[in-house]
Amino acid sequence: MQTSVTTLKLPADWRDFVALMKPRVLTLVVFSGACGLIASNTAMHPVLAFAAILAITLGAGGAAALNQWYEADIDAKMARTAQRPVPSGRMEPQAALYFGVAISVFSVILMELVTNRLAAALLAGSILYYVIVYTVILKRRTPQNIVIGGAAGAFPPVIGWAAATGEVTLLPFLMFALIFLWTPPHSWALALFGKTDYAAAGVPMMPVVAGEAATRSQILLYTLAMAMVAVLPWALGLTGALYGWTATILSAAFIALSAQVARRTSDAAMREEKQLFIFSMAYLFVLFGALALDRVMSI
Amino acid sequence: MTEIDEVAYRARQKSRAKALAIVLGAMVLLFYAISIAKLVINR
Repeated sequence: MQTSVTTLKLPADWRDFVALMKPRVLTLVVFSGACGLIASNTAMHPVLAFAAILAITLGAGGAAALNQWYEADIDAKMARTAQRPVPSGRMEPQAALYFGVAISVFSVILMELVTNRLAAALLAGSILYYVIVYTVILKRRTPQNIVIGGAAGAFPPVIGWAAATGEVTLLPFLMFALIFLWTPPHSWALALFGKTDYAAAGVPMMPVVAGEAATRSQILLYTLAMAMVAVLPWALGLTGALYGWTATILSAAFIALSAQVARRTSDAAMREEKQLFIFSMAYLFVLFGALALDRVMSI
Repeated sequence: MTEIDEVAYRARQKSRAKALAIVLGAMVLLFYAISIAKLVINR
């Protein structure tokens, strides 16, 4: 008599598909995209505005899913990412790939339907940039991965602005530049206290390749450049005092924290580095919130 | 596949089907709302 044993793997849970979209990163994407849209001061039907933000969210989520599909091998080697759906084995890589492609394509079609071609093209460009330029080309090759790849995360306010106005002017460009210059100090603060993880996975993050001292100096340099860009909208008369003072005070605090990190040598606790990482997230949320509020109040 | 495996498998399928139904329902509502909004704007 013959017996056959069938082992069926459990299909991924729906929560795994949500996790694939990096929901914590998405909060910043949604917020900065909404701020770009609001800061444009353009009347937009609330349903279309909601759909435009949804398209930005799904586009970023799709790019994140494709990133996790491609990086499953290095994610498996890092404690911080080993429990993600694909490296942990809860989801088949192919499911992540199909999901990522499907929602990326859907997001661009949705954007085109509800807003305009420029916004849809920018959204498509940001997805391709994150997946191809950052994930496939830069991430495993150069310590500049975060610097050049950071542009992908800087797109949402520009897309939000373009969705509302159909054009890109100086202010959204400055919002882009702000996130672009904010990304290195933010990511390198994380890389400093997660250095061993990156080294184990063979990812050439700045602290792994150039050393901690060089990374700390670079953090301060990028922070200074970011602070200058942060006050530019006020200096150029594009915003009022609410944003101007918020940018000045928060940027001064950012510089102080970065200077503290730059002066230090390594220790196990990495307290200042963790402080800088947490502060950097609050910085962007408060600054963009102030910018949107300032622009709305100026009507 | 044991009986326990099969129960877990079916439960997972059911939960995914429910989530998908909710997403599809939300999409229908969204596209309906978008159509109405576009009609209002173009009126």
